[in-house]
Amino acid sequence: MAKFDLNDDTVVVVIGSGAGGGTLSNELAQKGINVVCLEAGKRLTLDDIENDWGTMFGKLSWTDKRIGTGALNPDLPLWVCKTVGGTTVHWAGAALRFQDHEWKAKSTYGDIPGANLLDWPVDANEMERFYSMAEDKMGVTGRQGIPQLPGNNNFKAMLAGAQRLGYTKVHTGNMAINSEPRGGRPSCQQIGFCMAGCKIGAKWSALYTEIPAAEATGHFELRPESMVLKINHDSSGKVTSVVYVDKEGNTHEQKARIIAVAGNSVETPRLLLNSASSMFPDGMANSSGQVGKNFMRHMTGTVYAILPQPVHFDRGTQMAGIVQDEAHHDDSRGFVAGYEMETLPGFGLAGVASNTIAGAWGREYAKDIEMYDHFAGMWLVGEDLPQEQNGVTLHDSQKDQYGMPVPVVHFEDHPNDTAMRNHAFKRGSAIYEAIGATKTFELPPFPSTHNMGTCRMSADAKDGVCNPTGQTHDIPNLYISDGSQFTTSAAENPTLTIVSLAIRQAEKIAERMNAGEI
Amino acid sequence: MKGKSINRRQFLQTSGYAVAGAAAIGSGAVVIAADGAWALSTTTLDQHAAMTLLRVSRMLFPHDFLGDQYYAKVVEALDAQAANDPAMATQIRDGIAALDSTRDGIAFLDLSDGYAEDAIGSIEGTPFFGTMRGATINNLYGNPLVWRFFGYEGSSWQQGGYLHRGFDDAGWLDAIIESEA
Repeated sequence: MAKFDLNDDTVVVVIGSGAGGGTLSNELAQKGINVVCLEAGKRLTLDDIENDWGTMFGKLSWTDKRIGTGALNPDLPLWVCKTVGGTTVHWAGAALRFQDHEWKAKSTYGDIPGANLLDWPVDANEMERFYSMAEDKMGVTGRQGIPQLPGNNNFKAMLAGAQRLGYTKVHTGNMAINSEPRGGRPSCQQIGFCMAGCKIGAKWSALYTEIPAAEATGHFELRPESMVLKINHDSSGKVTSVVYVDKEGNTHEQKARIIAVAGNSVETPRLLLNSASSMFPDGMANSSGQVGKNFMRHMTGTVYAILPQPVHFDRGTQMAGIVQDEAHHDDSRGFVAGYEMETLPGFGLAGVASNTIAGAWGREYAKDIEMYDHFAGMWLVGEDLPQEQNGVTLHDSQKDQYGMPVPVVHFEDHPNDTAMRNHAFKRGSAIYEAIGATKTFELPPFPSTHNMGTCRMSADAKDGVCNPTGQTHDIPNLYISDGSQFTTSAAENPTLTIVSLAIRQAEKIAERMNAGEI
Repeated sequence: MKGKSINRRQFLQTSGYAVAGAAAIGSGAVVIAADGAWALSTTTLDQHAAMTLLRVSRMLFPHDFLGDQYYAKVVEALDAQAANDPAMATQIRDGIAALDSTRDGIAFLDLSDGYAEDAIGSIEGTPFFGTMRGATINNLYGNPLVWRFFGYEGSSWQQGGYLHRGFDDAGWLDAIIESEA
C-alpha cells in the first residue's frame, strides 16, 4: 500500500470512493498513476455487514445534515452512503445500459416547457466499449456470457402478472451480482439483504473490488474519514490542492496535479460552491451557472400488493426481476421517455409497516400488515426531466459538524414525471391485480438513491459544467467523476453508466497526462 | 366468586394489570401482567403515563395475537427517550394530557374503544402522534420476537441465505406462469 506526502503535487486526488471515485482510482492506479483517494466515511469489512435494516442504515448512510425542500423528505432528502465504497455498498446491483435514444434526449423528446433538456455529448456508439468493460469488471448477469440469476418468489409474482398483461420483456435483470463464482467472489446465496450490504460480497461493490485492487498496485492511498471542505487554485486558475478534515478533526492540505470530484450529486456541487474565491465568485467551474442545477433523481414510486397466497418477498436477490416493456419512448402514453419496473421487497417488517401507507394506523391497516408474507413489491424507475430550479445550494447560516454550510436540496416533479408515475402506478398495480391481488398500495418516492445531473456534461461550455470526458469546461485539471455528470437521467439505474464513464475518464486522463496537457 | 373478597390473583384478572408499589415513589412505575408472565418497568414515566402509552401503542397497530408484553417494549423505549431528553418528556406529558382531555375530562384509559380511537384521531399530525407511531413501528415490528407472527424471517446469511431454503418455492405462482407460457 502506497503512502503519499501532503506536499506531493504529482498525485491525482480523487474525492469519494464509490462507483465513480472508486472505479476511477483503480483504473488510474492500474495505469501506474499515483492516486490519493479521500473518502468521508469509514472503512468497513464484510464482518461489519449484518442482515438488519436499522443497524445497516446507521452504519452506511450519509446522515450529516441536509435540508430537503419541495417534494423531498425534509430531513433525509437522499438515501446514499458515507462509507468506503460509497453507495455501491448499499446499491441493489441493477446494471442496465442506457437505451440508444436516451443519449439524445433533446432531439428525441423535443422542446418541453419547463425542462432544461440537452443531448449528451457522447452517444451509444462511443459508450459501447466502456459498457462492455464495466460489465466485465462488475460481472453483470445476462451480459458478457454471464448467466442470469434464478428468479425468486417476488420475481415470479411479477412474471406471472406481466405475462397475463401481455408483457414480453420480463427477466431476472442484468445484475452486478455473481450468478456463479467470479473475480474471487462467491455466487449469490439469495440472502435477501442486498441493500443492507452484501454479507458475502457476491454483489459488486467498490469496497471489496476496486479499492483493494488499487491498493495492490502500489499507486494508491485511501484515506477514509477524510472530509474535503475546499479546493484551492492558483493565479492561473488551475486547481492545486484540497483542504480536508480527518477523523481527529485535524485539518490538512493535500497538493495535487489533478483533482477528480466524485462525492455523489449533492456533495460534488456543494464542494465546488464552497470553493468560491475572488477568481471564481460563483463557485468553482461555474461560469455556466449550472453547478448545482438540473438535479435529477429519477421518476420513482413503489407498488406493493397483497396476493392470494404467500410470497415471502424478502427471500432472495432484491432487484433481480424486471419488466422492460414500458422502458421505451412513446409519447402516446401521455409522457415522453419511459420507465422500468423492477422487483423490490420491503425493508423488513418495520419498513413495510412504516411505508406501505404513510402515517396509517388502526385495525384495518394492522390487518394489512398481518398479510406480510403475502406481499409482493416492485419499484418503478424512469427518466425524469432536468429542471434548472431543481438543485443544490448552500444554506446561508447553518453549518455541519465540519463547519461547512449545510446543503439545501430542492426537487419538484415536472408534469412529465407526474404523468409517467401515474401511468407506472396503474401498470404496476395491474400486474398484481392480474394474479388476484386483494389490495394494492402506491408508495411515493423514497429518499433519493439515484442522484444525477448537478454538474452536467455538455458540448457547449455555456450549457453545462463539464465536457464529454468529465473535465470541467473552466479548469483543465478539475474533473467531475460521478453521476453529477449526467446530462439527462435515462430510465436505467445509473451505476453501470457511472462506472463506464469512470473507466473512459481514466483513459482520457492518462492520455492527457502523457501528452503533458494536464 | 360472588360474595367472596377478591384475592390478589382475582384482582389482577379483573383489572388486567397490577401496579407494584414502586409507582408510589413518584417517578417510574412497575406494571406486572395479570398472569405474571411479563412486567413493564419505567424510570421516568409514571404509571398513568405508562398505561396510557401502552393503550395508544396497541390501538395504533392492534394485533389480537400479540400479548401486551410486545407493546410494553414500546413504552419502555419511550421511557428511555424521555429519560434522556427533557423535550421528549415534555412532549409525551403534553400528549397524554391532550388524550385525557378529549371527552369532558374522562381519562383516555377510561374511554370506550370508540372514543379512544377518536381521541387518537384528534392528535394525528402532531409531533406526539409521530413519536408514538414511530416508536411503535420500531419497537413492535422491529422486535425479532414479533417477526415470526408475521412471517418475516430476519437475518438469513447465517443459514446460507434462502438458496436452499425456499427463495423460489411459491408453487402457486409457477402454476400461473406455466399456464400462461
